[in-house]
Amino acid sequence: MLRGLWRLTWLEIKIFVREPLGVIGTVGIPVLIYVGLGRLVSPRAGRVSPDLPRFVSVDLPIFTSLLIAASAVLSLVAIIAIYREGGILRRLRATPLRPHTILTAHVMVKLLFTATTLALMVLAGRRSYPMPANVPLASFTLALLFSTVSILSLGFLIASVVPTARFAQPIGTLILYPMLGLSGLFVPVGSLPPVLQVVARALPLTYAVSLLRGIWGGEGWAAHVGDIVVLTLMFFAFVAVSTKVFRWE
Amino acid sequence: MTRPPVIHVAAIRKTYGRLVAVDEVSFDVQLGEIFGLIGPNGAGKTTTMECVEGLRMPDRGAISVLGLDPTRHAYALQERIGVQLQEAQLQKRIKVREAVALWASLYRRPVDGDRLIEQLGLRDKRNAWFMTLSGGQKQRLFIALALINDPELVFLDELTTGLDPQARRAIWDLVRGIRQRGKTVFLTTHLMEEAERLCDRVAIIDHGRIIDIGTPAELVRRHCPERSVMLVTEDSTASDRFRAIPKVQSVTSQGLQLTIRGREDDLVTHVIQCLAEHRIRVTDFRTELPTLEDVFLTLTGHTIRD
Repeated sequence: MLRGLWRLTWLEIKIFVREPLGVIGTVGIPVLIYVGLGRLVSPRAGRVSPDLPRFVSVDLPIFTSLLIAASAVLSLVAIIAIYREGGILRRLRATPLRPHTILTAHVMVKLLFTATTLALMVLAGRRSYPMPANVPLASFTLALLFSTVSILSLGFLIASVVPTARFAQPIGTLILYPMLGLSGLFVPVGSLPPVLQVVARALPLTYAVSLLRGIWGGEGWAAHVGDIVVLTLMFFAFVAVSTKVFRWE
Repeated sequence: MTRPPVIHVAAIRKTYGRLVAVDEVSFDVQLGEIFGLIGPNGAGKTTTMECVEGLRMPDRGAISVLGLDPTRHAYALQERIGVQLQEAQLQKRIKVREAVALWASLYRRPVDGDRLIEQLGLRDKRNAWFMTLSGGQKQRLFIALALINDPELVFLDELTTGLDPQARRAIWDLVRGIRQRGKTVFLTTHLMEEAERLCDRVAIIDHGRIIDIGTPAELVRRHCPERSVMLVTEDSTASDRFRAIPKVQSVTSQGLQLTIRGREDDLVTHVIQCLAEHRIRVTDFRTELPTLEDVFLTLTGHTIRD
């Protein structure tokens, strides 16, 4: 039962936009950095240097998108912690509003701004990062949104239990950046020490990277059903646990 | 025919570590009354109220609200009650009418939000952000949110804190209006005047324990039956005349001022009759009737402000 979800989501969007710093930080700065980096890497507009490292031409977009997803998670955790510390959650508790409705509303707001940021980045960075001809952009976007939802559900879980805003950033960072490191972006999962391999396979980012790389490379959805299944299962598991352990104050 | 109480609290106990916040508290709230839990800050009023609302779980004891268990049937209960918390916050940049509309969307049968905003004197602030409101305006908004679902039972925790006397009286009228429509009100306050003016019955709480329960008049009669009349007169026979009034306890004098003390309800009437009968001239006449504040002092040994 998700009564009040749409109104709350729309309300949170309006509230977010009312704070100018929030929009600049979430949308403006990533776009500027992306475009700025692009100018630095390929100063001549329009031509992709043939000896550009694979990382930049293939993995950078994936890395960037995941970084944005990670920052979406961090800000989700932060805002819930701020609401909790500020007593807003407490006020909402004495209403029919359920914890998962509140979390879902914030997730949807984050998704919306993540998608907006990415779209703006693609548009603004067209010249510095021209798309290789055969990249299935629509599929990739879909895969990215799907991965973001799954990663955000991990954020759900962290947000449910983090007591104060002060802890939100450090805890989120402590979990997200190692997760990025183990996800297979930099070092193939198979090359990791066995213990870390186990850890990597328990984290959603690993499967997101595999899925995104595959779609970008044109491998198609069928080849990555395993990734999709795991991400879906993780989503439901994190959401279920977070509803049980949700701290109102 | 006795109707079951709207709220039934039986021997609840709540401790935080070694601090006993609520100790063996029991009381009932009847349908259609305004019931007040009164006591100083830190007495356990808010803890008790939040246990009844289902926001906290007592360590021991039983609570029944509208026939439901507030912890196990929390969501069913939230439909039927309205809650105004003592310390509450909303998103900083939410507009007043947006908050009211959001709350209204959460319930099955909300009342007209705009009318409620108007009734609480917030019409000019309809589009103002929460963080720009004064303390009193925030308080009024929270009361609106507590009433938006036309609840059968309303919880008000220190509801006139931060309000000027005019706003306070307006809220009192509003609360009486709620009772007039057949609703039940459970409130906490540390303001004795508020309890006396508003409540049908009160429970006095101090250091987590209920000291006594009754109507304000009953409690005064039970614990502070003494009343005084002070007057200034040059008539030297006055003291003897007053001592002759039946049930007068003492007549003391300080210069020309006499203080007549007695336990009877009709003391004041008898003094006046005595003045008229013996044509005693007075230049000053005051009565001192005990209040709940005196009751509290008598029962606990300290004032409510200590």
